[in-house]
Amino acid sequence: MPITYTSHEQVEVYRFSPPVAILIPLLAVFLQAFVPLRFHFFSIFDLPLLVVIFFGVARRNPVSGMLTGAAIGILQDALTPSVPIGVFGIANTVVGYGASSLGVRIDVDNMASRFLVTIFFCVVHEIVYFTVASGLVGITVHWSWPHELISALANAALAVGMFAILDRFKQRT
Amino acid sequence: MENLISRYRNLTILAILLFAQVLGLAVQVKRSSENTTTRLIRIWAVDAVTPFEKVIVWVQRSTRNLWQGYFYLRGVRQENRNLKQEIEQLKIERVSLSEDAQQAHRLQALLGFKEQYIAKTLAAQVIGSSGSERSRSIYIDKGSRDGVRPDQAVITADGVIGKVFRGVQDHVASVLLINDQTSGVGALLEKSRVHGVVRGTPTGEVVLEKVMTDETVEPGEKVLTSGGDRVFPKGLTIGTVTKVSSPELFLNIHIRPAANLNRLEEVLVITEEERREPAVASTEHLRAADILAQRLPSVPDQPAETNDPNAPPPPTNGLKITPSPNAPPPPTNGLKITPSPNASTSAPAAAPVVAKPAAETKPAASKPEPEVAKPQPAPESTPQ
Repeated sequence: MPITYTSHEQVEVYRFSPPVAILIPLLAVFLQAFVPLRFHFFSIFDLPLLVVIFFGVARRNPVSGMLTGAAIGILQDALTPSVPIGVFGIANTVVGYGASSLGVRIDVDNMASRFLVTIFFCVVHEIVYFTVASGLVGITVHWSWPHELISALANAALAVGMFAILDRFKQRT
Repeated sequence: MENLISRYRNLTILAILLFAQVLGLAVQVKRSSENTTTRLIRIWAVDAVTPFEKVIVWVQRSTRNLWQGYFYLRGVRQENRNLKQEIEQLKIERVSLSEDAQQAHRLQALLGFKEQYIAKTLAAQVIGSSGSERSRSIYIDKGSRDGVRPDQAVITADGVIGKVFRGVQDHVASVLLINDQTSGVGALLEKSRVHGVVRGTPTGEVVLEKVMTDETVEPGEKVLTSGGDRVFPKGLTIGTVTKVSSPELFLNIHIRPAANLNRLEEVLVITEEERREPAVASTEHLRAADILAQRLPSVPDQPAETNDPNAPPPPTNGLKITPSPNAPPPPTNGLKITPSPNASTSAPAAAPVVAKPAAETKPAASKPEPEVAKPQPAPESTPQ
């Protein structure tokens, strides 16, 4: 019996229709690749990561969370020609697993918890990415706490709005 | 054992997934230096995303062209006037620069230098990016079917932006920007001619490396490609030095790229380069004194006096030369040059003596020809 900080009624598991489960990650990756060309500041956001967190906490299934994370991460890697495939994949797999595991234990349907959870997972994502890129691949990655925190805050602010929109696609099991 | 796995099922799956990806990374890192083929997954990912990007870019471009080409024409007339003035100024500059260029080419030819020329470029539209702050690369809408190959230089009118990365697809190619930390461009400083390597940093800045601290580098100096990397032709603008510090053995030189790498829409891929000796007029039989004589203002040779009425007139290149009524009888310096009816009306009322540019020297000429003003358009007259 897992220890949860929510009542049983609050822990609801959602599912998504196959088109939504495929198109939303694709749209996130597409926007991430296209929008920074026109609005450079947009590159501070990480839409695919936010989608991984959203699907993870909504499905509350660690296996599905980590598989979603791995798939989206590898897609991101595939569009990043100078980085070997797997760096984003590993980072997003860990985040997907963590988000879905956390979703089982705490209520992640209100704005405040979504904001905090996103900040937490953005930092986790960057730490894992930094470790894999510099430790395994040998890429020099610049680490700056102020930048990472600002990025995490910006992503969290975006996540609150984005999750509210994505909630419309949820289906109760 | 089975109980253990089923009890920690999620963790086991996580470990397997992570292990598989780490294994994949290890294989890629090991093969990266040997294997330049593209992973199938990259092709799929690019194929999945780029068609949408192409459509959006096309719609955006068409709308903008329609608006700017047919509706929003405010200030076009003034802009046209300004551009015409600029063209006139540039023509004058070109004349004086071509003189120097010809001289440089002659010297290069004498020394047997071979220059790299940009023989062919291909215009491409930027349709996407890697979307990550960690990797700075873009996608263009031209690929191997259009003649794009890995390691071709990519530029804009402002300067160098990067090179085509490996894994060029049929109609899409990725370009590694010069501010990516894995890129490197052979560079030299315009004034001091010091060589170095331009690299990107993890934060997306551009720096010039491998310049010793005993070299003098000033902020504001231009950085050009050196051609040493065999990717970028020599002499293309990379950027301008913004900050110089000397922490250790090498200078820390920060560069502001000439092209705006954050707002790229259209780029040029250099698809063909040519290495050849500069084409100059042959100076085989020309003496140094003759070259000098051509460069200096001189007194025209006296036309041969003849009493033969059937003798052919001297060559005038379309200008009619008539003696001034007030001028003393020949020999004279005061020839009045009247443009012939066929000559362009814009021909300058040029000074009667025009030193011919060295480029127009004739191979066998051992002596400057009689000085006759050529009917050239006004801006192209040789400055005296």
